[in-house]
Amino acid sequence: MKSNSAVSSNKKETWSGGGVKPFGASYGKMMMWFFIVSDALTFSGFLAAYGLTRFKFIDSWPIADEVFTHVPFVHGEYPMIYVAIMTFILIVSSVTMVLAVDAGHKMQKNKVAWYMFATIIFGIIFVGSQAWEWNTFIKGSYGAVKTTEGKILQFVNEEGKQIALADFVTSERLDGREQHTKKNGLWFVEEPTIATYSIDQIITSYNAHPEVQVRTELITDQKKKTILSREEGSAQLAKTKLVVEGANLEVNEYGNTIFADFFFFITGFHGFHVITGILINIIIFFNVILGTYEKRGHYEMVEKVGLYWHFVDLVWVFVFTFFYLV
Amino acid sequence: MGHAHESNTKKIWIVLIILTVITGVEVWLGILKPDFLYLSNFLGTSWLNWIFIILTLLKAYFIAWSFMHLEGEKTWFRRAIVWTPIFLICFLVTLLLIEGGYVYDTLGPLVKW
Repeated sequence: MKSNSAVSSNKKETWSGGGVKPFGASYGKMMMWFFIVSDALTFSGFLAAYGLTRFKFIDSWPIADEVFTHVPFVHGEYPMIYVAIMTFILIVSSVTMVLAVDAGHKMQKNKVAWYMFATIIFGIIFVGSQAWEWNTFIKGSYGAVKTTEGKILQFVNEEGKQIALADFVTSERLDGREQHTKKNGLWFVEEPTIATYSIDQIITSYNAHPEVQVRTELITDQKKKTILSREEGSAQLAKTKLVVEGANLEVNEYGNTIFADFFFFITGFHGFHVITGILINIIIFFNVILGTYEKRGHYEMVEKVGLYWHFVDLVWVFVFTFFYLV
Repeated sequence: MGHAHESNTKKIWIVLIILTVITGVEVWLGILKPDFLYLSNFLGTSWLNWIFIILTLLKAYFIAWSFMHLEGEKTWFRRAIVWTPIFLICFLVTLLLIEGGYVYDTLGPLVKW
């Protein structure tokens, strides 16, 4: 066994450039910074592509605070509140990370461990919130229809406030469709989930409810979505080809499909970074507990994973601005 | 680790307060959306959006300088890390946004509403 154990030799510094530290930064720290710079450029590429697409559809882009309005366990609409809480959680996790690094400089093992632990917990809360946000977005809140021209039509009441399909669609389905299931004897037949309401049913209910109006994606001078008159709405509804409930990579009840695509892609890529960060933090947390860095004589590893964790926070600040605020 | 490691716990809490206040202001403005800011236009977008972007850059500054401890790094190391991406990002964003605006000007009139 003795031959297997790592032996510290005087020459081990050759692996870190012979102990030379350009710019006073160690090998590992400098490489972490270079990785962060390249990763920052990757994220910028995605956000810039989002910007290009948004400028391309500048007159019909979904209005963010009409899309992200939900807070868990609370009814009603509170635009941006939840995502603000998420942002705060991530900032706090950054703070506990800095405190861990700070305690590391003072060689306070227990403090480092506790602050790392707090960072991990806040990270998990953030990812959980992100998952909730995705789930809410995928399920959708109102429902809409898509026309043969690929436009999304939503429904509003007389006050111009958006209402859900369930709020005014009554009567029978009219097309007699039911989801194909084995239970009904349809073996080896598969189909995507069919919408709760049929197209005919929605049009019939629209005609029966004079207070309901149709809203298009087009943004007016007042930066509101255009509300059509009853007749225009009727004409647009006649072109319906699909009932949309929620959002996925192919359709999006909130408007442009590519908005949903970018949302899933960019927040997903960021969420992937957070998950990676949590895993690395957990590894380092156990190393701290085992006393690895105590034996090594310094806590620079905590500093390096700290850099990565702050970078994740830094990216979120931009994602938050460009997806939810601007 | 060429620099001194004085404890700066107090500064960390101050930065936390600053970041929280900036986020609070952003959300408050985002919910309120005052018309004179929201419906205005300056260099292709509203004043409100410019405020959001400036506040975001301010937050990014605090995170990078204080939390990532860039202030403690050697001057030219810091400059290499900061100004390289800033230059490349400005370049890319400017070109892509101009391109996006051009695509809208060209294709927008062809879309029937």
